[in-house]
Amino acid sequence: MTRQKLCERHYTMNTSKTLPRAAALLAVSLLALTGCAATAAPASEDSKPAGDVVTIEDAWVKSAPDGMSAGFGMLENTGDADVTVVSVESDVSPMMELHETVENEAGEMVMREIEGGFVIPAGGELALEPGANHIMLMGLEGPLVAGDEATFTLTFSDDSTYEFTAPVKDYSGANENYEESDDEGMDH
Amino acid sequence: MPAPAEGARTGPGRSTRRQFLLGGAVAGIGAAAAIGADYALNRSNTEENTAPSTPMNGDEKVPFFGAHQAGIDTAAQAHGVFLGLDLNDGVDAAALVRLMRILTDDAARLTQGRPALADSEPELALSPARLTITFGFGPGLVARAGAAGPGWLAPLPAFGIDQLQPKLSDGDLLLQVNGDDPLTVAHATRMLLKDARGFATIRWTQQGFRRAYGTERPGTTMRNLFGQVDGTTNPEPGTKDFDQVVWAEDGWLAGGTGAVIRRIRMDLDKWDRLDRSGRDASVGRSIANGAPLTGTKEFDEPDFEAKTAIGFPVIPQFAHIRRARGDDSERIFRRAYNYDERPLGAEVSESGLIFVSYQADIESQFIPMQRRLDELDLLNEWTVPIGSAVFAIPPGCAEDGFIGDSLLS
Repeated sequence: MTRQKLCERHYTMNTSKTLPRAAALLAVSLLALTGCAATAAPASEDSKPAGDVVTIEDAWVKSAPDGMSAGFGMLENTGDADVTVVSVESDVSPMMELHETVENEAGEMVMREIEGGFVIPAGGELALEPGANHIMLMGLEGPLVAGDEATFTLTFSDDSTYEFTAPVKDYSGANENYEESDDEGMDH
Repeated sequence: MPAPAEGARTGPGRSTRRQFLLGGAVAGIGAAAAIGADYALNRSNTEENTAPSTPMNGDEKVPFFGAHQAGIDTAAQAHGVFLGLDLNDGVDAAALVRLMRILTDDAARLTQGRPALADSEPELALSPARLTITFGFGPGLVARAGAAGPGWLAPLPAFGIDQLQPKLSDGDLLLQVNGDDPLTVAHATRMLLKDARGFATIRWTQQGFRRAYGTERPGTTMRNLFGQVDGTTNPEPGTKDFDQVVWAEDGWLAGGTGAVIRRIRMDLDKWDRLDRSGRDASVGRSIANGAPLTGTKEFDEPDFEAKTAIGFPVIPQFAHIRRARGDDSERIFRRAYNYDERPLGAEVSESGLIFVSYQADIESQFIPMQRRLDELDLLNEWTVPIGSAVFAIPPGCAEDGFIGDSLLS
């Protein structure tokens, strides 16, 4: 079984069961509007490295005793070309993924690793937030407690990087539904 | 590393509100999207100076960062919530730093009309309406920090008139949330409590009110539910007098103050049986305008020597203002709120005053006055203190600091 399929099965959002279908569709259409699914245009030759033009506002990460967690914030690209975040690292979790949230065939909102990374449009921004795109911490090395800070390093398609810190906050949302908790390697 | 290690959270001049709301739309919650769009429209109006001619009270902000915490010398807002929290076992000095960093960040954002981080109702943060959030430290918190507080940081001495309920008294951490909009206050309170939940539990909550915003000129002395003008002798914020009465000067509390919060039940049903002259005499002031019985206007100085034609003091010996008056060092700054709860049984009122006073030194400024009132004050006939708590209010903080950093760093 591929990792992606596992993710689709495991990261079903709790909210999907009560979210009206119209709202879910709206979510998907808005996601599409932001250009998440598009591929980045190649940067022009005189563009600055992506790591120099991208910042994050209001970054935070959800507290968790162990297992998985997620990071959020508003990514902003002040450059004149689209940039693509292709990977992320963190000091608190050796295994990290970039996740998107999409509607599956059953009409549920599911989270899965995004193909091709996060595209931040030129002069635009990309929201990372509960129920939408987010940074997934797949295996915490220790408890993430409220008020601590975690460091993240984004790597872009041009190999440049951007490092930021995010405070840890207690948060009741952003839940993954671990329905098949007997699956190996995904216990929580 | 090509990027700043700090990330971009403190980047200057950034329009985070708009960004957050655009983010809200992306979240796909229908209502959030609609409100976000509405807000974006309003905002663009403002930016083009085509805002409505009447400024909205909801947009008014009280600065958060500074030498002193806001909510003390701030003209009292219409609504006040006071919460006493008990720290969980095991919350040590390091945990207190984490807690106060989070709460400071919440307060810095919410008071400026920005959602807190991880705010699940960000739209409720957009109209601060002079929201202030003030933190106070009880004796237990200072002990957890491994520090020493001022000598007065302890429960007040027991007074004869007290009928204190433990569930309305004391506490390790004070959250004081004041604002002119009750919905904003409720949201801010909940946001703070959500972030404190991992560290502390609620011991008591007190909710109070004054006149609604716009009913009276700001700075008008409040009236309590007895109808009394309450707080006439307050020093005036912004004066040297106020600074001397309120702000502490020593140690980690420099720039802070001491807070006394007492829940005083007022027996309105019994007060109903007292006629007008009796009401005036009990306080020593005219109920009508707050003037001392020896004067005609609220701020006239009372003449405690004045005698009636038959030789009795005009301001009786038992009058509240005579008993409260001490020497010049025994002065406090009052900033009370009324409460009016649901009555039980045959009574038609369950009301009172959330007495709140700030003073640099509770031992020398507040306690002598309260001892005199305990011994004799006709108002005691109609009032009973049922809750009491003392907190050290730490100073304000800089943008890169947090409330309590002078104690916890």
